[in-house]
Amino acid sequence: MDRATLRNIIDELKSEQLEEQDILIYLLHKVQDYYQSHYIPPEVGEMIAEELNVPPSKVYEVLTFYTMFSTKPRGKYIIRVCTSLPCHVPGGREIVEYLKKKLGVNFGETTKDGLFTLEETGCLGLCGVSPVIMINDQYYGDLTVEKVEEIIESLKGGDAK
Amino acid sequence: MTPITVLVSVDSNSILLGAREFANYLRTLIKDYNLDSLVSVLETVAIGAYDGVVMHVLPDDVYYVVKSKEHVKKIVEEHLLKGRQVWDLTVDKSKLKPGEKFQVKEYRIVTRNIGVIDPKNIEEYIARDGYFALSKALQMKPEEIINEIKASGLRGRGGAGFPTGLKWEFTAKAKADQKYIVCNADEGEPGTFKDRLIMEGDPHSVIEAMIIAGYAVGATKGYIYIRGEYYNSVENLRKAIKDAYEYGFLGENILGSGFNFDLTVRLGAGAYVCGEETALLESIEGKAGRPRLKPPYPPQVGLFGKPTVINNVETLANVPQIILNGAEWFRSIGTPNSPGTKVFCLAGDVNRRGMVELPMGVTVREVLYGFGGGIKGGRELKMVQTGGLAGTFIGPDKLDTPLDYDSMKNYGVSLGSGVILAIDDTHCTVDIALNVMEFFRHESCGKCTPCREGTKVACDILEKMTKFQATEEDLKYLEQIAYVTADASFCGLGQSINVPLLSLINNFRDEFIAHVKDKTCAVGLCKEVKPKKAAVK
Repeated sequence: MDRATLRNIIDELKSEQLEEQDILIYLLHKVQDYYQSHYIPPEVGEMIAEELNVPPSKVYEVLTFYTMFSTKPRGKYIIRVCTSLPCHVPGGREIVEYLKKKLGVNFGETTKDGLFTLEETGCLGLCGVSPVIMINDQYYGDLTVEKVEEIIESLKGGDAK
Repeated sequence: MTPITVLVSVDSNSILLGAREFANYLRTLIKDYNLDSLVSVLETVAIGAYDGVVMHVLPDDVYYVVKSKEHVKKIVEEHLLKGRQVWDLTVDKSKLKPGEKFQVKEYRIVTRNIGVIDPKNIEEYIARDGYFALSKALQMKPEEIINEIKASGLRGRGGAGFPTGLKWEFTAKAKADQKYIVCNADEGEPGTFKDRLIMEGDPHSVIEAMIIAGYAVGATKGYIYIRGEYYNSVENLRKAIKDAYEYGFLGENILGSGFNFDLTVRLGAGAYVCGEETALLESIEGKAGRPRLKPPYPPQVGLFGKPTVINNVETLANVPQIILNGAEWFRSIGTPNSPGTKVFCLAGDVNRRGMVELPMGVTVREVLYGFGGGIKGGRELKMVQTGGLAGTFIGPDKLDTPLDYDSMKNYGVSLGSGVILAIDDTHCTVDIALNVMEFFRHESCGKCTPCREGTKVACDILEKMTKFQATEEDLKYLEQIAYVTADASFCGLGQSINVPLLSLINNFRDEFIAHVKDKTCAVGLCKEVKPKKAAVK
């Protein structure tokens, strides 16, 4: 991302700004969405610090505090698995075990082909149809191991084309 | 308006069951059959439970549960085209709503518009008396509004139960050049999805309440802080805010009153602790969401150091109705010390999961069996978790406990955010405890040592238990850790871990003993694992 693009995003957000300091986290979301590998490169973090006139250390603190942000490239698909009790109770444990085995990664890791990153998340507020996972901005509910397999295979297949 | 309307439940739960696909297919078919001028499709949210996607055909008042595109086709070809009701897809209205014995009890204040209006259409909200309360409030004196809210006895629905009117009064009395209204929509308490459905289904009720709060306390700016993962809520609220500006409910000189109010949405980024009000304020200010030392409390020193009202989504959604109908009406519902209703979220091993609004004081059993239809697969109920992860676990013997703000004090059963999570007898208590503590360990922000280390040590001990490596000493130590962490932690997150942990240990001590002494697990989930190295502690 170059400076001009960043400035454009900032200008866009300014229409929703009520106070000077209130857009940092919002901006980080937008910048992260810009990258296909769902992360914020260090140099862009520094650029953000300059543009918003805050210390780079503050930008990094925020980047590393919140689990939705990453400073390292992640997979094309971020699989967020809800591990909270309402998902754990109706079969969530099996979903977690299956995903770890199927993808060959642990929480916080990316598959070698760069396709999937497996992450753990708190309750997604979809307990009416738990167990639930989220892949990028899509939700999947009422899951069984078979359904998860189908979803993973279709994403893999879609990518092979 | 067309003669026939089909309401489709398109909320975030229903979408996962294919709601959006079915709604689009329905539209396509209606077009294909040239029914455009006769039938319109409206998207609303949660109509009832989640056996499938619910479609409500009006004026016939027929409810269908749809599970496939074939079902949609059948409804169009039979019902819409030929006027013949499709009986095998029809569900009895009483099955979507609580049972007959129960119907008396359901009382919809904050969910009154959910599943009834199109949340993306401000005019439908206005048609249901929307923004009438704002207009009424703007003709009242600010202190009259605060007195009305105080008299109503409305208390915070996020879990803590602090009187809303007092919060407003403190903020109103604080002197400052700028004040803020913040809506806490960082719903993250596991099992809770009511705020999500309120924001998706009736976003204007929250916006209207925030403007009223702003006028009452003298605040001209507001933030709605939503979880970063709640895409649908963000979308509906953004649209609603935009429309409210266009209709003159937000912005300058609202309804000619001379009062100005600006409102915007901010996103969280995956931190449970941001549901704690001061951590939330830090996050809006663009910082890491670590809780602040209290006092001073937000009504004195809040967002950007200015007096701030922070209310939960459900709390706010009550406000317009209280202004319209008066405090006395509100007090006539619920219990004397906890007036009004509570939105309960039912999850876990029950036949019907979903959300239901009931007067305060309803019993756990009534929610579980009256609305939830009992335990799935005819299995036995082992325990119920009430109030969220920071709440309590109770055995079947306590099901008749009435739920309100006093139930924790009187019966040791917490109301919290209104979660009722049923857990059947195929689950191991130690495994449940481990899951709960892992959640807290993961979400501990790390600012204070008791919480950061206490949650970790608790997890370590519980993990040892699941591997049959723990001793009775460890169990004692675990209880001690629960007390120490609760006593010494900085904020509500660490302070509340003793509640779930000790309620599990106290109510199901035999099972813990079985794991540490007899090395057995009643449900056969835990298996013995030999330690890798000797004496690792």
